Parts: sequence; C-alpha cells; structure tokens
Amino acid sequence: MAHDKHAATSNALPADRGEAPFSDYKVAYSPTQAVAEATRCLYCSDAPCMNACPTRIDVAQFIRKIATGNDRGSAKTILDANILGMSCARVCPVETLCVGACVYNTLGHPPIQIGRLQRYVTDRALDEDWQFYTAGPDSGKKVALIGAGPASLACAHHLRRSGHACTIFEKRDVIGGLNTTGVAPYKMKADASLHEVDWLLEIGGIDIKTGVEVGRDVTFDQLERDYDAVFFGAGLGLDSRLGVPGEDLAGVDGAVAWIERMKLQPVDLSGVRHALVIGGGNTAMDCMRELLGLKVPNVTLVYRGTQAGMPGYAHEWKAAQVLGAKAQWQAVPVAFEGDGRVQRAKLALLDGNKQPTGETVLVDADLVLMAIGQGKLGGMLAGLSGINIAKGVVQADEHGFTGRPKWYVGGDARNGGKEVVNAAAEGKQAALAIHKSFG
Amino acid sequence: MADLTTNCGGIISPNPFWLASAPPANSGAQVQRAFEAGWGGAVWKTLGQPIQNVSSRFGGHTIGGARGAGFNNIELITDRPLEVNFREIYETKKRFPKHAVIVSLMVETEDEWRDIILRSIDAGADGLELNFGCPHGMCERGMGSAVGQEPRINERITAWAVKYSTVPVLVKLTPNVGDINPHGLAAKHGGAHGVSLINTIKSIIGVDIDRFVPEPRVGTQSSNGGYCGAAVKPIALHMTAQLARNPGFRLPISGIGGVCNWRDAVEFILLGATSVQVCTEVMLKGYRIVEDMIDGLSNYMDSHGFATIDQMVGKAVPAYSEWGDLDLNYETVAKIDATKCIGCQVCVVACHDGAHQCLHPQEGTRVPRVDESECVGCNLCKIVCPVPDCISMVTVDNGWAPATWNQHMVGAGKLRPKKGAH
Repeated sequence: MAHDKHAATSNALPADRGEAPFSDYKVAYSPTQAVAEATRCLYCSDAPCMNACPTRIDVAQFIRKIATGNDRGSAKTILDANILGMSCARVCPVETLCVGACVYNTLGHPPIQIGRLQRYVTDRALDEDWQFYTAGPDSGKKVALIGAGPASLACAHHLRRSGHACTIFEKRDVIGGLNTTGVAPYKMKADASLHEVDWLLEIGGIDIKTGVEVGRDVTFDQLERDYDAVFFGAGLGLDSRLGVPGEDLAGVDGAVAWIERMKLQPVDLSGVRHALVIGGGNTAMDCMRELLGLKVPNVTLVYRGTQAGMPGYAHEWKAAQVLGAKAQWQAVPVAFEGDGRVQRAKLALLDGNKQPTGETVLVDADLVLMAIGQGKLGGMLAGLSGINIAKGVVQADEHGFTGRPKWYVGGDARNGGKEVVNAAAEGKQAALAIHKSFG
Repeated sequence: MADLTTNCGGIISPNPFWLASAPPANSGAQVQRAFEAGWGGAVWKTLGQPIQNVSSRFGGHTIGGARGAGFNNIELITDRPLEVNFREIYETKKRFPKHAVIVSLMVETEDEWRDIILRSIDAGADGLELNFGCPHGMCERGMGSAVGQEPRINERITAWAVKYSTVPVLVKLTPNVGDINPHGLAAKHGGAHGVSLINTIKSIIGVDIDRFVPEPRVGTQSSNGGYCGAAVKPIALHMTAQLARNPGFRLPISGIGGVCNWRDAVEFILLGATSVQVCTEVMLKGYRIVEDMIDGLSNYMDSHGFATIDQMVGKAVPAYSEWGDLDLNYETVAKIDATKCIGCQVCVVACHDGAHQCLHPQEGTRVPRVDESECVGCNLCKIVCPVPDCISMVTVDNGWAPATWNQHMVGAGKLRPKKGAH
C-alpha cells in the first residue's frame, strides 16, 4: 500500500517487528479477479449476506458496483455503513457472517468471496485516498471518547459528520486498538491499521490524546463536566491468569500481550522448541497460527474441552492444523516448572464435564501463552451511579446508552469481546444516539 | 443413429453445420481445417472486387461477463485477389469432395455477375450465395443490403444469377427491413433455390466513454457495423419462422444468427431451417465447437425419434401463431419448490418491481410465497431464478373453454376474468 502521506505513523513501527515475515493468508484480488467474482453475485433481494453483517453493509449493491466498474461508488456503499470497511474486510470472520450466509452455499456452489471483494475496493479507497465525508458545520457540542480502538474511531467519525467535536483519550502510544495491536498479521499488519486510522482522521476535528489514561490522568468527573457526551470504548483489560504455581516464570505470557509485542516489536523465538497455547477461543487460534508461522517447531493447544466444544472457529483451527498444530484436548495446566524460565507444564486431564480425572501429564514447554480471556474494564465506571455493570461488562440499550445521562458505551466493553465489525457497528449506533440526544 | 446428411436447396452436405460467409471462411487453409474438424459446409467469404479494410474492425458486447455475447464488424468482403480465392476453392473441393463449398458473391453489373458465377462454378462451387445483406460499407456502393432492401432489384439480380448458374443459388437476406416476407418472395420469384438469413443487423456496438468515440474505433472515428452473435438469435428465429410459415414461400432456408451450439441449431431447424450457418461462435471459440454440435444434434435426434434432418424441419412452425389466435383462457401460475429454493429472493424483487407483485417474503423462511390469486403466470420469476427447476409454471384447470381474442372480436368465445388488472 502507498503510505507516503502517512509516513509519520507507519514509520514509527520497526521494520523487523515480529509480524514482518507474515504474508496475506487470503491474497488480494487483481481487478480482473474482482470483476469476475463480482459478476458471479446473484444480487439477492433483502440479501442474507447484508443481514449477516453487524453494520448492515449493502453487500449486493457494493458487489454490483464492482462488476460495473464503479469502484468509487462501491467503496462508498461499504464505508457509508462501516467506516472501518477496510480492516473489517480483512479481519471479519466472513465464513460465519456474510460469506457463510451467501445463498450459493445452499446451492452447493462456492459462496461469493465478499471479504476479498470488500478488501479490493476499500484498499483502492485508502491507497488512492478517496475521501467521501466532510465534517458537519460546528455544532458546538463536544464528545469525549475513551480508548482509540475501532468502536471509538467509528463513533467519532460519525459524530464529526454531524459537526460534533471529538476528543479521544488513549492510554497507549499507539492508536487503532486491537486493529493495530491484536489482529493476526496474516490478516492485517499494524501498518495497514494505522493507515486506515490516518485516512479516517482526515475528516478532521478528531483530537487523539495518546498516553492519557482516563481514571488516572484525567477523571471521569472531569470528562462528564467538560463534555456533552462520553463514549466508553476502552475494550478489554489484561490477559486472564490461571493462578497456578509457576505462572510468573519467564516464558509464561498473556496471549494478547504477546501478540501486541509481536506486532509492534522484534521478537526472538529462536530458543523456543515447544510452545503451549492455553485456551480454545479465537485468540488461542491466532496464537497457534502465529507461532507456527514464526517457525516454532512444536505448538500445542491445551484446551479444557473437546475439539467440537471449542469456541474458536472451526475454519481457524483447520488453518492451524494445516500448519502442523497439535492439541491436548481435555487438559488444563496445574503448574509450570522451570529454573527461572519455564521448561515444563504439568497438565491435569479432564473428563467430559471438564472435571479432573486425577491423571496428570508433564509436557515440555519453553513458551506458554495464556489465551483464556481478558479482564473486563466495566469496573472503571463503577463509581458512576446509573451505570449497570454485569460481570465487568457495561450494560446499555441497543443504542449503547448506559442509562446515565451523557454516557454511552460500545465495542468489547459493551459486548464482552466480539469482532471488530461489532465494535464498528456499536460505535456507529452510539454516535447516532448521541447526535439525537443533542436534539 | 440419426442421419445428419443435409440437402438445402440441392446443396448436399454431411451435416447441417456450415461456416457462414465471414472471416472463418476467408481462405482455403481455414475452410480445410474446418472440414477436418467436422463442419459439413462452408460459405466462402464473399467474393467481389477485392476491397481494402480498416483497422480496427470488430466490436464485442459483453453481457453479464459473457464476452462477445453480441458482436459487430465493419469488415467488408474479401480483400484477397479473386484468382487466389478460386484456386483455393478448387483445392478445397479436391480434398473434400463430399463437403459443401458455397461461394458468396457480391458484384454490381450483370456482366460482373455472370463472370464471377462462371468462375466460381469452374472452381468447383456446390452452390452460390448472393450477398444481399451486408449492412455497411458495401450498401453505400449500391450492393449488399441496398439490394436486399429493395425487392425489385433483389428479384432482378437473383434472376441473373439463376440464369448463369448451373448450381443452386441461395439469396442471403438482410434483417434490416420491416417485414422479411416480400424480400424472401422476391428471391423466390427471381428463381432462387433457397434463402439464407439473417445477415447482420445495422448497429453501433458501443461507445468508448473516455474518448467519446463509438466502437470499433478507427482513429478518431467509427461507423455503424453489422450486429451478430448469440444476442441476435431471437431476431433470426423470428425471420426464419416468418418465411417458413408463409404458404407462398416454401423454399429451403439456411438459418443464420446467433447459432452457438446444437441447441440453437435445433431451434432453427424446428422453425424451418434446413441448414445452419455459424460465424461468431467460431470466431470466439474456434472450429472445434462443431464436435459438440454434431454429437448434440445426433443425440437429440435419437432421443426424439428423428432419423433424418428433413423430419425435423419446421416441426415447431405450426405452433407459431398470431397473438390474436392465442387462448386467453389458458392460465398458469408460478409454483416454487421449497426444497430447491436457496432463498435469494431475486424472484421477489423482480415480481414486485417488474411484474405483478404476487411473490412475497414470508416470516420464518426465505422461501417466497406465491399469491396465486394475483399471479398472472408471466414467467418472470422463473426466468430470474438461478436454480434450475425450482420455479415451474403450472397449468391451472380453471374450467374455462379456450377462447381467443379473434374469436372474442366476432362475438364468439367467452373470456375469463382478468387477473392482476386492478
């Protein structure tokens, strides 16, 4: 991609960072391929693919526009519904969303490759810096957004179209949230996410304050006082821990923390012969594919349940298996052992009810990634009356309104941890509700 | 095994598949390769005073990703010396005595016609085809469709040709007329042994929307050309059937226009053609398509109990009727096979926006519901449905005796209440 005009952010990433060796798992379409695939689309009415999209992208319409050579109109159709259309095209689990809903599946034909078509045309939009949106006339209203991830970015962009001033507070130095720090690099690398953020910010009037942690550097009361609305899009917290002996040994790491380092910095895996990934969700799937992609010789998934019961997508596990993934089903670490650095893991074997059978096995492990979930950040808002928090997740109506005047929520903080496309949808919904609340 | 031998106006060929007079039949080497591939006959690219062609010459119309579904050209008749053409015709006939070589001709004066006819027959032509159809370049010089559009001239030149020819004469008709009948009859009155139709249709294939020049582009200009290819088949079928059902006509027809495969050929034959001619599909795919055409036709004839081509010719002509003689009380409605439906609802939007608003989405399923009380049986849903045999048009036994508009106009025949007309 052409990054020239966005050199400042892209060049901030070291060229030899851990994600560098990865290439695209699904390669980009050439124009010829895109038109051929687009021409295959049946142009369904009330299309199931559109209904499967959390942001309700009018898929049939954007694909028809590719088929007729109207790429600019196609990109706008996508971006009207989802300003993060470029990253969603790459990171969405399309197999379970739009592509999974394609009626061609029922006919026994290959479904339309909607994600690849969307990537084709949104890549063009960003590479050629097509800008479809301008900020609305200044409304005099100010909105604070907490966290510079997909939810806040989508929310802020929609708010700017209505002329509301936006300030995003981000505790990290890097913006884009998990799109920048957490996406599997064979789907999207950090520089592509930063490019998207830069493109999106061209609407102007979105002030991002990095290195500022709300609750520490600025209080919630201050935000409530100084802004007309506050959007909480802080995502999730630190990787969860098992709380077993040896978990603090070097080489035992949180999955999300490790992925972030791998994406932004150089990583040295030369000494790693045996890696364990603990968990059965999609973060675990990503870790498996990433470690295998980085040539770790033995990578084993350790999951409490069976393969069938694993919450990670089947297509992700299949892709990991192709790379040589191994699995220890129905097992959980009960201790890590090693001399200053982890060398072995003691696994308790579990029965069908995920209860210990009494049997344990000792396996080699010189890197362990804990992918058993992340802490919830709802507690940050515990001091604000009128906001309900259930198991750390901020409760809200379908527009993201928390019940406390001025306070809205979206993304992982609201849904407990879903896809980028859900965050984009919730950010957009909240923006519309905030705009409406301004009357 | 069916016998595919064809006798079209006295021109015998091992099968009804002929190359049309066009670039694929431009030279001896080409025609001989075509015969090797299985083509039964070839109408040699039109001979006349050799011309000079332009660059570029062809335009393609892509429809839904199908390249060349429509096609046009601004190429003229042969640009090769006549003596070369005649020598190659001779060599071709010598190598392939049982295949039909028909020589297409286009000149102006009677003397020229006599001369070129005699030379063609000397070279070994099995038949002649008079090119009264070319709609560009030659018609401005008083030839081609300028002749085909004027029955008196058509008849006169045909009579010249028949007078000088010892082999069958086919007249190739232009579709650039309001009614094909007088032109077919002119050929008949001139003594022709058969007609070929259709030649190409006057057309502009497209416009270069960046240069603001029509296509095919010749520098900064273009010109109208002749339209052909798969997209013109319906026009050609209609004109074929018009002549075939004309009791005053009764001449063999060589059907041309959008024949791409054996199915198209069967359609032409059922509507009255004896042989078919192919150009565009060969230009797009090569001579090799004839293998499937021969197999497909033969299998079709076997499965339908036809032993010879003649048994098929015109089989569907009696069912080609005037609108006023159609049974207005015949009623069909759409039925959707829910087990085949994939839920695309393309039929729903088509019916709602383009027909009679009688297909509706239903709660809890993607399979649409047909409101049979509103369905007029128009076929649109069946046409747009991507799943074969998912939507069928089912005959309704409504108890009404057949009645046509023509009967109704003379006080006979009671018409059922209209549907969907509120």
